[in-house]
Amino acid sequence: MHINWFKYSSPQTFYPLAGKMIPWFAWLAVVFAIAGLYIGFAIAPTDFQQGEAYRIIFLHVPAAWMSMVIYIVMAGWAALGLVLNARLSAMMAQALAPTGAIFTFIALVTGSLWGKPMWGTWWVWDARLTSELILLFLYLGFIALQSSIDDARRADRAGALLALVGVVNVPIIYFSVKWWNTLHQGSTISMGAAPKMVTTMLTGMLLMALAFWMYTIAVALMRVRCIILERERSAEWVKQLSGADL
Amino acid sequence: MHWASWAAFFNMGGYAFYVWFSFGITAFCMLWEVLALRKRSAQALRLTQLLAQE
Repeated sequence: MHINWFKYSSPQTFYPLAGKMIPWFAWLAVVFAIAGLYIGFAIAPTDFQQGEAYRIIFLHVPAAWMSMVIYIVMAGWAALGLVLNARLSAMMAQALAPTGAIFTFIALVTGSLWGKPMWGTWWVWDARLTSELILLFLYLGFIALQSSIDDARRADRAGALLALVGVVNVPIIYFSVKWWNTLHQGSTISMGAAPKMVTTMLTGMLLMALAFWMYTIAVALMRVRCIILERERSAEWVKQLSGADL
Repeated sequence: MHWASWAAFFNMGGYAFYVWFSFGITAFCMLWEVLALRKRSAQALRLTQLLAQE
């Protein structure tokens, strides 16, 4: 089967396609979230050390994963936009940034709410927490930089450079618990090793991660459609969109 | 289902504030994002249609 991917690299053809995909990803997000919350709250047992407070990790860990994954995907789109001079790629990067910032914020706040009862402190300047905070500033810097430049294509290029330089922070976050002696614990789930947790807890966490993935795709598509309309408003194809296409 | 009662469920073993605040703020952020996007797209569509009529 041959699909012409370049056909969908123009905003004109991508706009209606994105519109059709949004409800699917939105419903998948809802289904995965319901399943994840049910397993997380009704089936997963109480943690023998942390009591019920550990249930915060059903949000904290998937949100922290998303904060890093979204940054990498965003930087990837930005790089593609830079290299191929493709405006839709740059728009995708722009569409992902706010969602990435929100998940970073959620990871920080839920981490803090877990840290207070477990560590006795809302915040410490350890490597994991500090590098995650820097990630939030990178997202906010990317958004601020793009919105401060009026020429959209120049804004894309400046944003892409910032996004690419910032990628260096992602491995720092990921390996911080190994490289430095942090208060933040090491990873419970790592590639290439059996997870050190009860299966139901792991299932709940993975379902929540899937829900966040689907949510991210749905809102990023919603946002990229807004960006397309806002930026291509004077284009002939936008003017010709009938009520049904919109 | 390992909760003895709804009260026990809401109490979260004494960690109610931390657990429910975490879930509350996450739900709030996500709902806010979706509502803000719906508003933004409605605005973008209105402007687009206005321009198309000109």
